[in-house]
Amino acid sequence: MTDADEVRTRTRELLAAHPPATTGRLEFLRARFDAGLAWVHYPEGLGGLGAPRSLQGVVDAELEAAGAPGNDPRRIGIGLGMAAPTILRYGTEEQKRRYLRPLWTGEEVWCQLFSEPGAGSDLAALGTRAVREGDSWVVDGQKVWTSSAHVARWAILIARTDPNAPKHAGITYFVCDMTDPGVEVRPLRQITGEAEFNEVFLTGVRIPDSRRLGEVGDGWRVAQTTLMNERVSIGGMALPREGGMIGPVARTWRERPGLRTHDLHQRLLTLWVESEVSRLTAERLRQQLAAGQPGYEGSGMKLAFARLNQEISGLEVELGGEEGLLYDDWTMRRPELVDFTGRDAGYRYLRSKGNSIEGGTSEVLLNIVAERVLGLPAEPRTDKDVAWKDLAR
Amino acid sequence: MSTQPDLLYSEEEEALRAAVRDLLTDHCAPAGVITRAESDAPHDLALWKSLAEAMGLAGLLVPEAQGGQGASHREAAVVLEELGRAVAPVPYLTSAVVATEALLACGDEELLARLASGRAIGALAVGLHTAPGAAHATARVENGVLHGELTGIADAAAADVLLVPADDGGLYAVAADAVTVTPQVSLDLTRPLAAVTLDGAPGRRVGDAGPAVRRALRAAAGLLASEQLGVSDWALTETVRYLKERKQFNRPVGGFQALKHRLAQLWLEVVSLRAAARAAADALATGEDTDVSVAVAQAYAAPVAVHATEEAVQLHGGIGMTWEHPAHLYLKRAKADSIAYGTAGAHRSALAALVDLQAP
Repeated sequence: MTDADEVRTRTRELLAAHPPATTGRLEFLRARFDAGLAWVHYPEGLGGLGAPRSLQGVVDAELEAAGAPGNDPRRIGIGLGMAAPTILRYGTEEQKRRYLRPLWTGEEVWCQLFSEPGAGSDLAALGTRAVREGDSWVVDGQKVWTSSAHVARWAILIARTDPNAPKHAGITYFVCDMTDPGVEVRPLRQITGEAEFNEVFLTGVRIPDSRRLGEVGDGWRVAQTTLMNERVSIGGMALPREGGMIGPVARTWRERPGLRTHDLHQRLLTLWVESEVSRLTAERLRQQLAAGQPGYEGSGMKLAFARLNQEISGLEVELGGEEGLLYDDWTMRRPELVDFTGRDAGYRYLRSKGNSIEGGTSEVLLNIVAERVLGLPAEPRTDKDVAWKDLAR
Repeated sequence: MSTQPDLLYSEEEEALRAAVRDLLTDHCAPAGVITRAESDAPHDLALWKSLAEAMGLAGLLVPEAQGGQGASHREAAVVLEELGRAVAPVPYLTSAVVATEALLACGDEELLARLASGRAIGALAVGLHTAPGAAHATARVENGVLHGELTGIADAAAADVLLVPADDGGLYAVAADAVTVTPQVSLDLTRPLAAVTLDGAPGRRVGDAGPAVRRALRAAAGLLASEQLGVSDWALTETVRYLKERKQFNRPVGGFQALKHRLAQLWLEVVSLRAAARAAADALATGEDTDVSVAVAQAYAAPVAVHATEEAVQLHGGIGMTWEHPAHLYLKRAKADSIAYGTAGAHRSALAALVDLQAP
């Protein structure tokens, strides 16, 4: 049993043994991991204490008050949010010990090799092949929409190991070494002008069988853990009013009365109301989860925020009038983070077009809501019992 | 905005919901509501008696010391959700919320206790379309008695007491048998309007009309969102149920993606309305951030309820267009609710001032 007092005591002991003022950032983060204070709900020895997740707040508050360095979770979001829960659930003891510590400290960045040019919404149709050769697998194929691939040390990868099985059954999940000579990363330039994402070409990449996660052919089930965690991460934080995309527009409206028109006023007020209601809906979901009640709203929040971000930023471009005809910078760059607030309205407008595509298109999410929440019948499927190699493509 | 509003339902609130729903399931079936709507007695006074007197729900907003239940807007909102789900023809919103709030503002203990006990039904004689803070008609005071005609008064036909704002700034309690109440043919069959004609009617001044009417209409607008939530939830649930059952082209119609996406979209709107309605009810109960929460809820709720009931009619196909199917009762309620206590546009205009997003 671990309670808040014990967690607080342990945190203070960590701070006493490694004062942030005189300890290097990495040294502190490693010590924090070893003290079980990285993610308290993880098991002992793997950065946690096997404590309730809710106690993490106690640790974070103590460390923040002491000015301790953090692990910059936005930079290593894929590792923390997707790779780590999957490794924890399906990894061997050896894999957990090897990967989780440098993942959490940020020493090793992770990326995700899932989507392919021919497998987007229908991810299970993926065609990247992994062929067994002795103790290794040889991987050939192409992945796409890979953020952080150019800085990543490791990737979570799903590949086809049995083309004769139906598509969901012939997939296996691996950890791929991004420094392998067969891995080629090319920037993928977006409509914003920059390249947040990459294409990754895999040519004869050798992956030892010891880097397989889960059983051969069980990769689709393993991937569900990864994808579930991708969607859970949305809607977890309590936002203040005007905390989202509506904030910058509302400020511009207040500061520059010359830009106002009656048409824009009506649309702005409608979007302001919808933003506030979506904020309350996310807050209600948070309260439900905290109270241990099942909340289905999560499936809907991404839908709502995608549409709102797009409509609000579209209005913001129009509000600019003459300025709306300009764009801040088309230079091809490689940003490490997506920052909606650091740039102009035009950037927000273009980048938010991706919000209804990335992490599940809005059309797929509507199917999920209709089938899993409302219990409506699934589309008739023609691909369930057919060998992957015989599918139309 | 210091803290986040409590947007959940407590165990007590869920128990209250279950009790009201049981009563309505047994005594407020759609076929009966349709028949009653066209009769000479459109209000279900037997159902009102059960809700107000037996269950004590008319006094939720009234402190125990004044003969009420000492509950809050959160509980009244739960009752309204269920009444909306059944389009129940009872004067709950008009008497137990609007007239009651007006009397709470005036501090009239005797009348308050009568309304709280459910023995008397009250109606505020202000047109149903009036937004909080908007101008409204008043009666004339001449030689100590009241004259004039006030139209669009919801549930006036069921009222024992009318609360009449007058041109001297007073709010007067007037016995229903001292005025002429003429039913108006109303879009919403389950919340009928009437014209109230005062021809030298005696009234007792209970307080100042300004603050009383304003307070009453604000509570009405905020809690109407919960009624609209109930209406929307019925429309969604019933349409989903029907589309799983209805078969065309050798398939359940609900399996077609064009319809699934519409229903999923509607689900998202209803889920969002639940958060907005809870926020408004909680804000009315705590007194924190009330004006903004009410305006947000009412600006959001009306389009959702109208959309939900319009989808119910359309997706039911031919049967949805019949008098026999109850979908039209919900459509009419939703459309009337979109005007009641201020349109969405009126509440957006209120927000423009409240959150400093001023017009050009």
